[in-house]
Amino acid sequence: MKVSIRFFASLKETLKTDELHLELPAQIQTIAELRSFLATRGVDWGDAFAPEKNIRAAQALELVDPQTALIDGAEIAFFPPVTGG
Amino acid sequence: MKIAIQHADFDVSTELKLLRENQSAIGGINVFVGTVRDMHLGESILAMELEHYPGMTEKSLADIVKQAQERWEILNVSIIHRIGKLLPGDQIVLVAVASSHRGDAYAASEFIMDYLKTSAPFWKKEHTPSHTRWVDARTSDEQRLQKWQS
Repeated sequence: MKVSIRFFASLKETLKTDELHLELPAQIQTIAELRSFLATRGVDWGDAFAPEKNIRAAQALELVDPQTALIDGAEIAFFPPVTGG
Repeated sequence: MKIAIQHADFDVSTELKLLRENQSAIGGINVFVGTVRDMHLGESILAMELEHYPGMTEKSLADIVKQAQERWEILNVSIIHRIGKLLPGDQIVLVAVASSHRGDAYAASEFIMDYLKTSAPFWKKEHTPSHTRWVDARTSDEQRLQKWQS
């Protein structure tokens, strides 16, 4: 499955990238699995996506839980807890 | 209804005039304006930068307003959130809710702000005299949501 992934705020700075377009291995089916997969991309990625890090995810512009199934072609985003207002 | 994400400052009286236009049933408007503090965590704040997730921000605010409309009688709403670089004293956010009665206007604007702070994708970065830092989310903001979930 193909996905676009966007990163925001401190996560974007740590990863030194704001967007990725990936063809995912077949076994990556959920947000949690994608997060674990991204953590294997390098040292910065491992740190940023370490299990204890509080990272939120969105799919198709809506906040989603880690167990949410990935949708082929959807835009996914990872970011720290929001701090607007 | 107005939802705007913008760099430019806003004028509260202009926004209230727009909110009230052709709405003679309005009996009260509650206005919340958030501003940039000059101190945070014991350090001076020289400036603040606000980042957001274009597309999701607007959708998330529209969803919050929809939820508020299901709970209270709301005649009109205006939400403006600024992005980019802001200085201490600058206005950050406006939430104005117009209703027939004050109770609905008070409650709905508090609800909208509480959900905006915990679910709308904005992030603040502070500039202090010695460094820059991303603002951490506050547990107290999450706890405030419980009030609306019981």
